[in-house]
Amino acid sequence: MGFSATLSRNGRIALITLEGELDALHADDFRNRVEQAANGGQIDQLVLDMTDLTYMSSAGMRGLVFARQKMGEDIRIVLVRASDSVEQTIRLVGFHQSVVFSDEVPG
Amino acid sequence: MTSPLVLRDRIDSFPTDQVAGYNVRPGRTFPFGATLVPGGVNFSIFSSGAEAVSLVLFRRDEKTPVAELPFPDEYRIGGVWAMTVFGLDFEDIEYGYRVFGPAEPEPGDRYDAGQILADPYAKAMSGRNVWGVPPDWNDPYPYRSRLTFDDFDWDGDRPLRIPPEDLVIYETHVRGFTRHSSSGVSQPGTYAGLVEKIPYLRELGVNCVELMPVFEFDEFENSRINEATGEQLFNYWGYSTVGFFAPKAGYAATGRYGMQRDEFKNMVKELHRAGIQVVLDVVFNHTAEGNENGPTIHFRGLDNRTYYMLTPEGYYYNFSGTGNTFNCNNPVVRDYVHWCLRYWASEYHVDGFRFDLAAILARGLDGAPMQNPPLPEALAYDPLLRDCLLIAEAWDAGGLYQVGSFPNYFRWSEWNGKYRDTVRRFLKGDAGTAGDLATRLVGSPDLYKHRSALASVNFITCHDGFTLADLVSYNDKHNEANDEDNRDGANDNNSWNCGVEGPTDDEGVRRLRLRQMKNALLLLLVSQGIPMILSGDEVGRSQQGNNNAYNHDTPLSWFDWSLQEGNGDLLRFVSRCIEFRMAHTILRGHHHPTGDDQYGCGYPDVSWHGVNAWQPDWSETSRLVCLMRSGAAANGGTDHIYVAANAHWDDHDVELPVLPDGMRWHLFADTSAQTPADVHDPGAEPVLTNQQWTTVGARSALVLVGRFSGV
Repeated sequence: MGFSATLSRNGRIALITLEGELDALHADDFRNRVEQAANGGQIDQLVLDMTDLTYMSSAGMRGLVFARQKMGEDIRIVLVRASDSVEQTIRLVGFHQSVVFSDEVPG
Repeated sequence: MTSPLVLRDRIDSFPTDQVAGYNVRPGRTFPFGATLVPGGVNFSIFSSGAEAVSLVLFRRDEKTPVAELPFPDEYRIGGVWAMTVFGLDFEDIEYGYRVFGPAEPEPGDRYDAGQILADPYAKAMSGRNVWGVPPDWNDPYPYRSRLTFDDFDWDGDRPLRIPPEDLVIYETHVRGFTRHSSSGVSQPGTYAGLVEKIPYLRELGVNCVELMPVFEFDEFENSRINEATGEQLFNYWGYSTVGFFAPKAGYAATGRYGMQRDEFKNMVKELHRAGIQVVLDVVFNHTAEGNENGPTIHFRGLDNRTYYMLTPEGYYYNFSGTGNTFNCNNPVVRDYVHWCLRYWASEYHVDGFRFDLAAILARGLDGAPMQNPPLPEALAYDPLLRDCLLIAEAWDAGGLYQVGSFPNYFRWSEWNGKYRDTVRRFLKGDAGTAGDLATRLVGSPDLYKHRSALASVNFITCHDGFTLADLVSYNDKHNEANDEDNRDGANDNNSWNCGVEGPTDDEGVRRLRLRQMKNALLLLLVSQGIPMILSGDEVGRSQQGNNNAYNHDTPLSWFDWSLQEGNGDLLRFVSRCIEFRMAHTILRGHHHPTGDDQYGCGYPDVSWHGVNAWQPDWSETSRLVCLMRSGAAANGGTDHIYVAANAHWDDHDVELPVLPDGMRWHLFADTSAQTPADVHDPGAEPVLTNQQWTTVGARSALVLVGRFSGV
């Protein structure tokens, strides 16, 4: 199973669509997309669509921390349709205070 | 000016050799352990006598290694082997070492190339990822070293640096605190579970939690079934460390994902956010490798003669009572302990350490006590640990008892075992204890005269021994459930059952027990020094007379949260007492009171009284101790507090010292009164009708505070 992270933009929203398995080997792909999003012009929100993300390892989780630090505090990070286990892990390590969970990709 | 030179690629981030199919280069000798470096992982390991070392790599959870990389001889400098390995999958790799000893070993050498050794510096360990899941006993490498990342988002957190005089310590067990179904937390028995109970700690008023061991240990060490009860017995307390740099994975709800470090850090961050410090109970007196018959985990196979105190014949000294003794004042081991504590202070932001059987830290390489032991001295002066509490349990199992004499460098505090013993004896009504109690209430100047009063960590109960409820309910220990024929645990408990051994419906006995618990906690919280409360004592938690519940992962050793309702009046009493302590700086100073008028308030900073004011009774038969503390109040005025402790079985009328003009005695607490009259809100205490005399009930204590009328 592979992994892909694609970046698109809609006004001041950057959307990264994650598909497949985000493990240590692919964590760099994810981080590269985050950097592109950060460097591609002013945004208000970074939306990570996790609908088709089947697995996320701790390295993936670290990618979220990287995103938070890269974006700065003014930019909202929205996690769309994170699986129960991903959402729970984020909560247990306290990172839920830095992101917003959502069932919909903001328009 | 910024440098125009941007270093794109470091020269040392390229491999120079290949070993077992892996790209490698000579590593950096420091730091020891596994460190992420550009492009790879740097492995560095020390052994004073090994002739060859291999790095052994596993894929996660697999039983056979994926590769074994012998360190080329030129990768060794002195006794340190160092190699940088490139292209490793950080998340999926577990590593260890195979160490080849000399052909002709010395007595005490225990090299065994048939074993795979864990890295003593492993920052995470796998193998016991979920508490209580039976391990594969045939795993050739049961405790596995893992690679870690240090990218936790601390959000500006730092150690709290609460002045030690303001601390109220709460000793608890991560799992036991929330494992009980009554806890109502989403992840019982974990770091995350503890976070959910922070509001309770805030309400109680404590500002420092002291966590029983959280370094990786094996709950299955010496585990067995109690044949009489069928209970699975565990190494529940965890005083037997496997991984000194690794938080216990089984205490993390996320341990199964290898994220225990993040969960632990989040716990620290959230406790800090609530104004609560974190002190760790650390065990450097011995390790989980046990005696000659114990398992080989790391030190034994790496360098047995360095890490353990050995007899000339090569057998283990056993000053810890658990089989081996860590060789703390060997320079290599000293550095190991030192770096371990620096690591926890800096990487995990912990606020202090309590050292289990710390007297062993003061023993030399031959086991003899040292006047000036290098390890306690080095810790006392360490720059990184400057703000950390250092608390010694100043005795060991080899008979070295150093309460009051632990090498302290004006820096260390001690668990004051004499405080515990004296208060217990006084409360049960022993004759000849009045004078000694007086000394304990003012910070034990007999022990710590040349040091701060804060050298004394005062406690009446701790994890080791009876809970407070059991202290007033049992004359004798009842440790049958431990499956050691009631031989384990202390016999000198200074406990008194108030007339009936164990549970009773006798209302008189029950009331007396409640009163005795309040007496104990009230005296603790008005004593000079740093008070420590055992988790659960504030709600009267019992262990059914078991004074050594080290192996029970059952409701016997868990915090039963339903006690909050049944013993809510005790909880209310304790939280008011903590609030009272916080409101009165004269109870918390650095200095021992001397009996002089140090504050120019017209009264000595401590004065002693009896049935008549200014006339204490220090005779053998006296069971009444009354004192007045006077000094500066936080608001700039003067503060006066009167404490009367009556361990006699009769009431006593006591004459009160006269207060300055306009001030009157107000009643903060009277343990002989029924709830809610037993304790009042600090600052809103009712005035006493009779300002000359008051009554101290039988086996009761009261605390008065002087205030201007109407204030």
